[in-house]
Amino acid sequence: MTLAVGTTVRIKDMAPLGHIRTPHYLRGKTGVIERVLGGFKNPEQLAYMVPAPTRTLYRVRFEMGHIWPDAEATHDTLDAEIYEHWIDQNAP
Amino acid sequence: MPHDHHDHDHLSPSGHPYRQDNDGALTYWQTMEIAIRELMIEKGELSAAQIQAQIDAMDERSPANGAAVVARAWTDPDFRNRLLANGSDAAREMGFDIGPMHLVAVENTAHIHNLIVCTLCSCYPRNLLGLPPDWYKTREYRSRAVREPRAVLREFGVELPVTTTLRVHDSTADMRYIVLPARPAGTDGLSVDALAKLVTRDSMIGTGLAKAP
Repeated sequence: MTLAVGTTVRIKDMAPLGHIRTPHYLRGKTGVIERVLGGFKNPEQLAYMVPAPTRTLYRVRFEMGHIWPDAEATHDTLDAEIYEHWIDQNAP
Repeated sequence: MPHDHHDHDHLSPSGHPYRQDNDGALTYWQTMEIAIRELMIEKGELSAAQIQAQIDAMDERSPANGAAVVARAWTDPDFRNRLLANGSDAAREMGFDIGPMHLVAVENTAHIHNLIVCTLCSCYPRNLLGLPPDWYKTREYRSRAVREPRAVLREFGVELPVTTTLRVHDSTADMRYIVLPARPAGTDGLSVDALAKLVTRDSMIGTGLAKAP
């Protein structure tokens, strides 16, 4: 099921090896779906030239004050592209 | 001696330090590139002229392409809407061959400023802006642009009021980004071509603003 724009989501806090496109500084953080970008081949397989499933890619918006408690302007935001399998569907 | 450099082991006979060049042996990947290129030509898969044509095409891309897109968006509200809705289609509509690139345009307004970075590597909308500046690829910019972006902007000469919301965009996956800078004041009578000359590379990354006329 595709998540709707505005849904609050938490990024999974895990550390698999490989060609991962979820930056460490966002793992475990909570943000809001900014837009749905559509289906893309999962780069975690694509990078190794093995069959890659298509995953929904989202743009997720985080507040700077949430990522960095000492941020200069806490209302500033950080948007990043996050694949669906990095979104913790069971998070509150 | 014309100059009194202290490290005399690294001076040329003219007294200047040697500049590093291609002094070492080819790396594994350099050798691989040459071998594959020569094999492709030998087997007739590609010609040397085709390879040169592709290099020329890549070298021809410059920030002037992005500036033309920005100036059009400043003067054509319908185009601006199409650009913000689908950056790739809008760039193609203007005749730019951007290949399979997925372009997202983000707009600066009176209260929002946008900044682009790629923390994981150095993703950049090359198909539209040409080669990225060297600093864009440094670990310093890539880490500080997300950790202390306002401090980075100050070093570029951009002081954001606290009432402005700064939106940093980390191109972590398949999208590439271009900032649609705010149109400078006092430009009402300018032609599209004159407006495009005000659009700098850095203003499309977000580390700068469009120039005043």
